[in-house]
Amino acid sequence: MSTPVTKATDQPLLAVRDLSKHFEVGRSGGLFSSRPRLLRAVEGVSFDLHRGQTMGLVGESGCGKSTTARCIVGLQRASSGSIRLDGEELTTLSARQWLPHRRRVQMIFQDPYASLDPRQTVGSILAEPLAIHSTERPKARRLRAMALLDAVGLNPRHLNRYPHEFSGGQRQRIGIARALALEPELIICDEPVSALDVSIQAQVINLLKELQQRFNLAYLFIAHDLAVVRHICERVAVMYLGRIVEEADRDTLFTNPAHPYTRALLSAIPVPDPAAEATRNRILLPGDVPSPVDPPNGCPFHPRCMHAPEIPADACTRDRPQLLPRDTASRPDSPHHCACHLP
Amino acid sequence: MALLDVQNLSVRFDTQDGSVRAVDGVSFQLEEGETLGLVGESGSGKSVTNLALMGLVPAPPGVVQADHINFAGRDLLTLTAEELRQLRGNEISMIFQDPMTSLNPLLTVGRQLSEVLEIHQGLSRREADRLCAAGLADVGIPEPETRLAAYPHELSGGMRQRVMIAMALLCKPRVLIADEPTTALDVTIQAQILELMTDLRERHGTAIILITHDLGVVAGCADRVHVMYAGRLVETAPTAPLFSLPVHPYTRGLLASVPTLTGDPTSALSSIEGQPPDLANLPAGCAFAPRCDYAETRCRSGPMPLEAIPGESAPRTVACLLATEIAAASGGAR
Repeated sequence: MSTPVTKATDQPLLAVRDLSKHFEVGRSGGLFSSRPRLLRAVEGVSFDLHRGQTMGLVGESGCGKSTTARCIVGLQRASSGSIRLDGEELTTLSARQWLPHRRRVQMIFQDPYASLDPRQTVGSILAEPLAIHSTERPKARRLRAMALLDAVGLNPRHLNRYPHEFSGGQRQRIGIARALALEPELIICDEPVSALDVSIQAQVINLLKELQQRFNLAYLFIAHDLAVVRHICERVAVMYLGRIVEEADRDTLFTNPAHPYTRALLSAIPVPDPAAEATRNRILLPGDVPSPVDPPNGCPFHPRCMHAPEIPADACTRDRPQLLPRDTASRPDSPHHCACHLP
Repeated sequence: MALLDVQNLSVRFDTQDGSVRAVDGVSFQLEEGETLGLVGESGSGKSVTNLALMGLVPAPPGVVQADHINFAGRDLLTLTAEELRQLRGNEISMIFQDPMTSLNPLLTVGRQLSEVLEIHQGLSRREADRLCAAGLADVGIPEPETRLAAYPHELSGGMRQRVMIAMALLCKPRVLIADEPTTALDVTIQAQILELMTDLRERHGTAIILITHDLGVVAGCADRVHVMYAGRLVETAPTAPLFSLPVHPYTRGLLASVPTLTGDPTSALSSIEGQPPDLANLPAGCAFAPRCDYAETRCRSGPMPLEAIPGESAPRTVACLLATEIAAASGGAR
């Protein structure tokens, strides 16, 4: 009897397969060449996200994490690959066909100052998605907007205020309320706390966790701060130059990282403990992230990797390592993938 | 005698909405060759404090007052604009958060660097270029001679911040004020820049005021830490005791709200409820009292002097009426 139900919950809410997004940036052989120069922002990204779960997408500026998110919400059209929401393919939809899916996938942005219209009241910001997507009457929309403000810990009576009357943390709460308005199943959080002060950041992280419990939300949580990611994500994917280089559950990734880039990222986070800071073995990566227009041959990380010289037969400079499962005999239910030639 | 001695510095901005007290009665000393961490959240007055030291607070609307700001035996408050100009970039220099907006996009890196030497040391262009290349090499920029001809947009964020640091150090300043020097950078690049600053301090003996909101950065770099809240210093201590036994409730709340790489990730983060106060409309008494778990009636009136805790060996000062009780309670628990 329960078989169909189990099957339905087994299917991931979001399944991304081999997603790529390339941008044309000029011509490769001069102005009149017919070959476009490609910036490979996202290259072959695959992952699953289940209902009520949080997946972290981590990496430094330009690694493709935001572009991945923008493809999923339909703000960018994928160059190739597949994005399925509840089994339905999104990449082939027209703009009109997208509309009913928009309410299921919402987004929270990084900058609470830039992502709210300064000339709209909070009430109208929150009612707008309802006006577009639902048939509720204005009065019902207003009541709903008040309930949303209450849900994110703001005073419902502040409906007629403008964004500038709120602090940064409060504005981010308004952005969260707006994302919740259409009762989505998936919220893409693009660096939602990185513009906030530490004490406010903790409030917003706690709020996001609480709302997740309450509404059974799935989050795709994009961040560069691994300590923040650790507090909110069950699974984490680390991106470098457009590709996922490691993907694992939280505990594995933080206690037993396999990719040298993940290890370097973890060791680079400053820890608020002077004794620990003094004794930590920090891996300092040389140089900068290479340009995605002209990525290195072989493993994209090899020019900065401390292990590349140890690998025999110049494998790292010649062959790009595939994202392969590691030995996870201890936890067969929780796969751990890593793209590295290191054994 | 301290290299820099600031006594009772206040900065207010007279605006249409009333007088905003951005900095209120801040005093501190900076010794030769030490790194002082100045920590606080947006609007706590940490940046304005340092703009005031450099004479860069716009007036009007800014009004800077202090008993004195002594630097190497001179009171900066009594200097003329021209004397201050000679000091800035020469004996005291500053690096800012955003290396993209603090470099001129229309001039080559070499031109911007050599200008510093031409102005402050009267060097010729050729001599200046030679020293600039050496300066870039000093901050770990490969092929410094060719980089001199590059424009800022041709460099990565980390490289641009290295150029800013090279520029700030060209005249071998005695004090370097670094205002959120790594906030705009990625973590792996941040690690490079912090390592570089520590290394430069050891080689040149430059005293550093490190302004940041990131307690992790301070823990790794600073000798002493001053915590600011709503324009006032609320706690000052050497780095180790500040982190092992924070006393002011704000410092305690701030440290507890940082997500860490250890500890239980599934539990809720501890956070400080409420919002920082409006600086134009500060509450009487302790500015933190409305958000403080420990606050009592007496916290809501009168001045909150920054005082030592009786019996503590570390040179710590705290602006909290309950400091002694809190220190005893948490010290006993350890």
